[in-house]
Amino acid sequence: MAQATFRIWRGDSSGGKFQDYTTDVEEGMVVLDAVLKIQAEQANDLSTRWNCKCGRCGSCSAEINGNPKLMCMTRLNSLPLEKPVMVEPMRTFPPIKDLVTDVSWNFRVKKTIQKFKPRKPDFEDGTWHMVQKDVNRIQEFRKCIECFLCQDVCHVLREHKKFDEFIGPRFLVHTAALEMHPMDTADRTKDLKDKHNVGYCNITTCCRKVCPEEITITENAIIPLKERVVDEYYDPLRKLVMKIIGS
Amino acid sequence: MAEYQTHPYDVLVIGAGGSGLRAAIEASAGGATVGLVTKSLLGKAHTVMAEGGIAAAMGNVDERDNWKVHFSDTMRGGQYVNNWRMAELHAKEAPDCVRELEAWGSVFDRTKEGRILQRNFGGHRYPRLVHVGDRTGLEMIRTLQDHGIHQGIEVHMECTMLTLLLDDGRVAGAFGYDRERGRFLLFPAKAVVLATGGIGRAYKITSNSWEYTGDGQSLAYHAGAALIDMEFVQFHPTGMVWPPSVQGILITEAVRGEGGILKNKEGRRFMFDDIPELYRNQTADNEEEGWRYTQGDRNARRPPELLTRDHVARCIMREVKAGRGSPHKGVFLDIAWIKEKLPNAPEHIKRKLPSMYHQFKQLADIDITKEPMEVGPTTHYMMGGIKVDAESQMSTVPGLFAAGECAAGLHGANRLGGNSLSDLLVFGKRAGHHAALFAKSQGSTRVDEQLVDRTANEALVPFERSAGEGPYQIQHELQEMMQHNVGIVRVEHEMELALREIESLKQRAAKVAVYGNREFNNGWHTALDLSNLLTVSEAITRAALERKESRGGHFRDDYHDKNPEYGTFNIMVKQGPDGAMQISRVPIPELPAELKQVIEENK
Repeated sequence: MAQATFRIWRGDSSGGKFQDYTTDVEEGMVVLDAVLKIQAEQANDLSTRWNCKCGRCGSCSAEINGNPKLMCMTRLNSLPLEKPVMVEPMRTFPPIKDLVTDVSWNFRVKKTIQKFKPRKPDFEDGTWHMVQKDVNRIQEFRKCIECFLCQDVCHVLREHKKFDEFIGPRFLVHTAALEMHPMDTADRTKDLKDKHNVGYCNITTCCRKVCPEEITITENAIIPLKERVVDEYYDPLRKLVMKIIGS
Repeated sequence: MAEYQTHPYDVLVIGAGGSGLRAAIEASAGGATVGLVTKSLLGKAHTVMAEGGIAAAMGNVDERDNWKVHFSDTMRGGQYVNNWRMAELHAKEAPDCVRELEAWGSVFDRTKEGRILQRNFGGHRYPRLVHVGDRTGLEMIRTLQDHGIHQGIEVHMECTMLTLLLDDGRVAGAFGYDRERGRFLLFPAKAVVLATGGIGRAYKITSNSWEYTGDGQSLAYHAGAALIDMEFVQFHPTGMVWPPSVQGILITEAVRGEGGILKNKEGRRFMFDDIPELYRNQTADNEEEGWRYTQGDRNARRPPELLTRDHVARCIMREVKAGRGSPHKGVFLDIAWIKEKLPNAPEHIKRKLPSMYHQFKQLADIDITKEPMEVGPTTHYMMGGIKVDAESQMSTVPGLFAAGECAAGLHGANRLGGNSLSDLLVFGKRAGHHAALFAKSQGSTRVDEQLVDRTANEALVPFERSAGEGPYQIQHELQEMMQHNVGIVRVEHEMELALREIESLKQRAAKVAVYGNREFNNGWHTALDLSNLLTVSEAITRAALERKESRGGHFRDDYHDKNPEYGTFNIMVKQGPDGAMQISRVPIPELPAELKQVIEENK
């Protein structure tokens, strides 16, 4: 049986280092299989999160050879196994232990986004009229599995640490799903401008490139939100008209 | 004295999948203070993996559907050992629960008329499953999560409960630890809702994640509550079989709902070879009719691939055993063939089954729009669990409620696909409502400090054993053993052997050693989960030994047939005064005349 070496970051909030583990590998294995095998056979206290093992839950996010990925969807045959496979936690979030990071900030941020506020039902049975083409757009956003890999690569968060001012691509996608929901009546534009600072994003598309659900984050979610802010607050023509009609 | 943090609530909900979230929302709406603890991060529970849909007789696609048909389908699927009152409430209340989800922001696939679209599924007479492609569970859990976080519920993520607390026979809260830091937590509560899901990790081949170690069933059992129907484990017919690392991962029944067919290596559609009497009237007798059914022809009957899961799983086993299986001991599931029938079939498949397409492409290098999948049975769902009152979901312990997979009754001997998500909504809501009412009507409870101390000490003992066996080896052996001895095909002597093996594994688990510190130590967590896994494994085995017949998910090689006498009772598991597991039979109350008639009319 073939073998491969995994260079896994071991440590906690006070620091850590990479440690090599060599293990048997077989056809079809993904990085998560190797990590769990090492955990079961060589390092019982190796910390990692996982659940579904098929790209649905977004728990096993990590950086594999420097690339933000889901460990459960990264096949070993897509990696060069002649050298050690580097496995480290998402670097944007504070480490807890080994591959587990403190992602609680994301859950706090979500609460700051105005919740869904539907219009009155269209039908007597309390349901609404929506046809498929009205919802295709937001169904794309609702595919998000909250793996936070987009947050991990966003340089506003990763390099500039603007956690108090910027909600990151995940929650811009979340806001877009709410704003473009055909039933929703709330207006989140002011929050986007003042509180959630959609303007910080300079559309480098790093987030879109790492999304395991292939959501077109930048083009389909963030740019339209930026346009809404611009239309409402920075449109010179609109400003002029508003001045003339005196509102 | 153990050190711990204390968080008191009126209602404590343990588990944050569909039923736990729904219960927490309802309890909070009922004016209770609510704590919600979850073993994983919020939104990652098993509900997220549900693919096919939510069964609710809304009649949007076929107006002939109504609660009576849904009720009859559920009872027939469960082989009539269901709690009929639960089946009735479920069928009546599911549509409103779906409407509630839409009001909270769910975006389901739509009909041409702009209504919620519904799809065909195994055992359901009409197109009934509300869905979003093949990621319905994600839509549901995210909706409940995003609604729930604004309802004043306090969420404790990544916490595991080690014991329930009792005060004079009444539930008084729970005690456990947070997985991230390893600190102990005490949750005094006037009512507790268990919503911990299933037991899949007792088996080697399973669609369940590490979390599903039977915590709720085991916590309830040790608190004195009764469990029923533990012999009824659902082996889903279509799990992945190759490559080895993905063995057991689920392939949604929706593949068959959209026209996918099962074939053996000779290319034969073997599902036509054995159609049970109970379903003969409703099943197509030729391939053409089956295809028309999947395409919405209201006069066609369902193809045999859409018979109930227990039956399909056994037919697959039969083919494999007879040497007619696929190269990796499964059979072929083919959706690519629909290109003979539909223009743009590949695009159609990708739109209807995006996750399946993705999953096979990435994990098995297979393009399901071009070639068949290899599939075989996988441990998927526990029909049995905590015995509850149909109306309130209260267990036999006052103040202790249960909802969703860890509760029993609705599904009887076999669950229909889609009836789980609706179960979570209907009975999560009921459990939360009644838990809040119960909490309001009761004074506060005392904390059993001795039990807390003892539990904390026991949890830390494995760290003190410097040498000894690790937890993973014991877990793996249990899984292998259960798979082999108490799996899809059961026989007395193997199950007797299983009981002896469980005893010896219990002794090994009592001496398990862990190393490292208490911070996010997966080895320690696995060691602590062992006792729950062993408890539910024993319950499954003892109940399965007691049921000397074959019914639904329970198949005995030594008793092939259904025995009408066994259709009159459920098997109950309870801890005896001496601490040993006791088995008894509880008669099923007779169906009221009006429900009998409903079943008769829908035969």
